[in-house]
Amino acid sequence: MVTGYGPLQRVLRVWLPVGFFMLVALLPFYWMAIASLKPNSELYNPNISSLIVYHPTLKHYVDLLTQTGFLRWTWNTMLVSVISTAISLVLGSMLAYPLARMRFAGASLMAMAVAAVYLVPQPLLFLPLADIINRLHLGNTLTSVILTYPTMLVPFCAWLLLGYFKTVPKDLEEAARIDGASRLQTMRRIFLPLCTPGFISAGIFAFTLSQNEFLYALIFLTKSSVRTVPVGVISELIRGDVFYWGQLMAGALLGSIPVAIIYSFFVEHYVAGLTSGAVKG
Amino acid sequence: MTIRTEPLAGLAQRAPRGWSLSTWLDRESVFSWLMMSLPILFLAGFVGYPFFYGILLSLENRPVAQPGTFIGLKNFITDFHDPIFWQVAINTFVYTGAATLLKMVGGLGLALAMNQNFRMKNLVRAFLLLPFIVPTVLSTVAWMWMLDPAFSVVNRLLIELGVPPPGPSWLGNPILAMCSIIVINTWRGLPFYGITLLAGLQTVPPELYEAATIDGASGWQRFRFVTLPLLKPIIMIVTLFSVIFTFADFQLVYVLTHGGPQNATQLFATYAFDIGMSAGQLGLGASVALAMLPALGILIVAMTLYMRRA
Repeated sequence: MVTGYGPLQRVLRVWLPVGFFMLVALLPFYWMAIASLKPNSELYNPNISSLIVYHPTLKHYVDLLTQTGFLRWTWNTMLVSVISTAISLVLGSMLAYPLARMRFAGASLMAMAVAAVYLVPQPLLFLPLADIINRLHLGNTLTSVILTYPTMLVPFCAWLLLGYFKTVPKDLEEAARIDGASRLQTMRRIFLPLCTPGFISAGIFAFTLSQNEFLYALIFLTKSSVRTVPVGVISELIRGDVFYWGQLMAGALLGSIPVAIIYSFFVEHYVAGLTSGAVKG
Repeated sequence: MTIRTEPLAGLAQRAPRGWSLSTWLDRESVFSWLMMSLPILFLAGFVGYPFFYGILLSLENRPVAQPGTFIGLKNFITDFHDPIFWQVAINTFVYTGAATLLKMVGGLGLALAMNQNFRMKNLVRAFLLLPFIVPTVLSTVAWMWMLDPAFSVVNRLLIELGVPPPGPSWLGNPILAMCSIIVINTWRGLPFYGITLLAGLQTVPPELYEAATIDGASGWQRFRFVTLPLLKPIIMIVTLFSVIFTFADFQLVYVLTHGGPQNATQLFATYAFDIGMSAGQLGLGASVALAMLPALGILIVAMTLYMRRA
């Protein structure tokens, strides 16, 4: 907004604050990374600097991959995230399209209901849901989380897509209608293909939220073979008072990588979605 | 809602007389409700039903895996006489208030710092958002290591700076534990605040600043009377989102402190979990969770009305 500082002023006004925020944001990841590479003798030695690795080792990673169910948890997490994201995008657009385009009695009430449902936080629902999942005999199945993650993702996707759909011009749809296409054809063949960026934004968020989900997975999945990464890491690498720090750090780092990769590919879509005013923080 | 006024003249002329399935299906209301029926059924079954079932549970004495008996408001009366419940309420308000305030001030700072021209801005923005996208549980594990009583990296640095060993017990002291969860929640949520506000800042027309400068406004005055009023709607939305989800936070506290020491960091969600899942008293746990509803309800209604207006 203002240009033409001298070099010193520039350092003070730009790089000092930006550098400070970068440092605060990234330092925990740095510590996570170096702790995962340290042999136990260094990890638990109070006499050497904690900021440097002297003898880096991949032992914690090897142990994590061979002695725990980490690969299984990763597979479970990916499977659950992908399926619940897909379900949520489909159901979300089925809600968002009529709300964005059609005139019918109750439309604004429905839009408000979607927003309200989106704002209902998980802790309000987890106890009754635990009982319902129990009665459906879905405990310890991935189905339990595939069914419950969309409870938060569908209203979210609907809300984000609703905002996106409204920005798409109506001309093409109107032309299709005049050419005799039914509403369903217009939506599927003409409208939805125009909305790929909106779907990418909503999809990345839904995927990130599924990877982040913890409460439902913690309650519904108690067997190691069906656990997701966050639950597996917390419940199996911490046993009582024993913390397997090296493996914990390796697990935390590896578990963050899928999200980080997807995020790095679509960061612009992510920011666009973030600033559309539909994301909780 | 957008209102469509232009009539589809061509279509109306070609519409056949009388009733046919395809024209009926093409009516806006019929098409809309049919299209929405599946997601509505899903949400009614997995959000609506659990919500009301939760209210029913809160009125029952319901040990896990046993049929419940209706006991009216007894669970709520138990909560009312439970000193921990009131501590939980205070904790939740302190946690939400402090974390939201820090995120708001810090986020505004971040947005102002980022709203300048410098190289690699997009890359910096991508890195700044990392705390927000990495799964909370996993980044909290890193913080747990940094604050560990025996091997705390933070304490080692403090000791090198002259603090007497072993240094503060971040998760063992009630007040420090509360401060720790507030700081970590802020660390995670601040980028979200900052980047959203940055997008808002970028929509402020530069002419306004120029006009203010010509009128003799100082840097602070430009911020106070130009930037802040224009950002207000975005700040409102982000804050309400943040308040709702900080108020109902679970993951961070569950992983870092389990609500301890001596319930000093216990929040509504973790306390409801302890009672409902760990102690197996589903009814009493549901009543604790529902105790969030009055405060949350006001926020949600305010937010929904605000979003509809925006």
